[in-house]
Amino acid sequence: MLAAICFVAASPQSVRDKMKIRMLKPVHLRLGLDLQGGSHIAYEADLSKFKDVSEKERAMESLRNVVDKRVNALGVAEPNIYTTKFGDNRRIIIELPGIDVNQAKDLIGKTAKMKFKTQMNEEGTMWQDTDLEGKNLKKATVQNDPQTNSPEVAIEFDSEGATKFGDLTKNNLGKRIGIFLDDEIVSAPTVQAEIRDGHAVISGKFDYKEANDLKIQLNAGALPVDIKLVEERTVGATLGQESVRKSFFAGTIALLVIFMFMTIYYRFPGFIASVALGIYTLIVIAIFKGAFYIFPPVTLTLAGIAAFILSIGMAVDANILIFERMKEEFRLGKGYGAALDAGFKRAWPSIKDSNIATFITCAILMAFGSTVIKGFAYTLLIGVAVSMFTAITITRTFLKAFINTRISKNPKLFGFAIEKGEK
Amino acid sequence: MNIMGKRKFLYILSLAIIIPGIIALLLWGLKLSIDFTGGTLLEIAGTQDVNAVKVIADENKFENTIITTSGDLVVLKAKEIPDATHRKFIEDLKVKIPGATENRFESVGPTMSKTITKNAFYSVGLASIFIVIYLAYAFKKVSKPLSPWEFGIMAVVALIHDALVVVGVFAIFGHFLHIEIDSMFITAILTIIGFSVHDTIVVYDRIREKALKEGVDNFESLVNRSILETFSRSINTSMTVIMTLLVIYLFGGATIKHFILALLIGITAGTYSSIFVASALLVESFNLKQKLRGRAKWKQKTA
Repeated sequence: MLAAICFVAASPQSVRDKMKIRMLKPVHLRLGLDLQGGSHIAYEADLSKFKDVSEKERAMESLRNVVDKRVNALGVAEPNIYTTKFGDNRRIIIELPGIDVNQAKDLIGKTAKMKFKTQMNEEGTMWQDTDLEGKNLKKATVQNDPQTNSPEVAIEFDSEGATKFGDLTKNNLGKRIGIFLDDEIVSAPTVQAEIRDGHAVISGKFDYKEANDLKIQLNAGALPVDIKLVEERTVGATLGQESVRKSFFAGTIALLVIFMFMTIYYRFPGFIASVALGIYTLIVIAIFKGAFYIFPPVTLTLAGIAAFILSIGMAVDANILIFERMKEEFRLGKGYGAALDAGFKRAWPSIKDSNIATFITCAILMAFGSTVIKGFAYTLLIGVAVSMFTAITITRTFLKAFINTRISKNPKLFGFAIEKGEK
Repeated sequence: MNIMGKRKFLYILSLAIIIPGIIALLLWGLKLSIDFTGGTLLEIAGTQDVNAVKVIADENKFENTIITTSGDLVVLKAKEIPDATHRKFIEDLKVKIPGATENRFESVGPTMSKTITKNAFYSVGLASIFIVIYLAYAFKKVSKPLSPWEFGIMAVVALIHDALVVVGVFAIFGHFLHIEIDSMFITAILTIIGFSVHDTIVVYDRIREKALKEGVDNFESLVNRSILETFSRSINTSMTVIMTLLVIYLFGGATIKHFILALLIGITAGTYSSIFVASALLVESFNLKQKLRGRAKWKQKTA
């Protein structure tokens, strides 16, 4: 009994300590794009050239890697890139906090398949493929053309590429070599001499940004499949901040209203339940931040906030069920301690069954829902799981701590008279 | 108070809400957002000038454009536009209406929407099936002639009742108030279903407890007493949830207003259905079985 009281006395303390540490070395709540502003863009991948599933899987994985490299070159903080299956279609989704979405789209959207071709006719309208391709590239950099001072992209081949390029220049002296990007000619320099060191320059009519984008695309490698932009959602930073401010304000008010209602209606136990609810809120927020390692951190979205608030309702429900049962036990003439035990015991089946039904719904939503719905379901799941712990363990231990004190003998604090029985 | 004796009134009240909803649904359907239909949504801050925005949209060859104001924002809806058109539009906007900025932009391709709708139906269907199975399992000890499956099935009937109320009301809202259904609405429906079952189980739990203790000889009165005993709990729980939702509705962001409204309606319906509809239906099916059994016995005797 004493140990249990100590445990509960310690557990909110430790939660509070955790919060303090968090304040000193800030681990922020991860906010979704709808709350902090940013873009969600989805591309559909054209996988028609692949037959079996493992090939598709591999193509998507390498697509993700290439897109990842390209986006990371942008220097965005915490981009989130993942692939999903959407019906029969495969998609790659890029979530970018901040709003340089157009820059990102410029960078991601191009396949950037580089090819070197040889001239087949004088006019330069027919070109023949060679075996020298983007995959033979070692590195691309941006530099300025010393004569015109306009930006150009310098490329360096790997050893295989250098050999191929050497042969290519040797065999095509005086002719032109076409550098193609996504089957569009970028430049077609005339070969002046055999080049063996594996260096070449692409000089198109680039501005600096275009040259830089090309550099990033070449360095990240070509996309293994064609992609098409199918969805875009951008939320401005101001709108996001306003949503956060309003949601937190609403959440605080809602909590206060529940505290008031519980304390006025259920008196002393209601007050204890409010304390438990406060602890509940702290634990859930700590989980969202990733403080407990068994749960992955939660990215909080508007839907997530809604789920959290709903879970508060369900947390309160567990206590209301218990207190209503306690009241019945009191009416039967039981004393504080006995009513407490019986109340918890008899309320348990309905708390268990109703919460399991919620778990089932959450699990199905997590399996079938869209990203937003998944977030909602996961948040609700955590909320309900924690609420079962706080509403039962914490409230009960607190209430037990008051057995045989003046409080447990004062019927006014319970909103009804304890007529007889041991106190 | 004999609530079960007035079952007919409870059904009439439910139908009085559901039937107009269904009629609205059949007549007008739901007003679907671009999440389902595909298309473009643009919110512009820093201007109230609908006409100026319209001119720029027309210049950029937007199709099926609808421009309205919402609060201090201008909202533009149109068919899906290519990326290049969108960028040009924003450039033009900045030049022609100084101070105007894009607050939100959404563009959804048409393939997306079909999958969302399909997945929504799948999840509701699957969730219902699992709930029936779980309840049948949880109520397996219930005494004969009650069947555990009745509890599961009636709980699901009650949740369908709640979903119908919300969908129906939003069909009416869609027609008269132009409120659209988006993917958040599906989240709302699923939440309502979760809550409805949660609520129903609490009442059923009491019925189960009583049935085990005193048998089912007087089932109607047993159900009636179960309702009365759990009444203050049902109301108090729903009140806390409804109060929280009301606070969010009043003070929360504009983006979730309709979502919260759906929850408010659904949870109110859920509370009503779990107290009245779910248990009344249990009595109904119990009586029906008794009647059938009586007839079978009577037939055996006369045969």
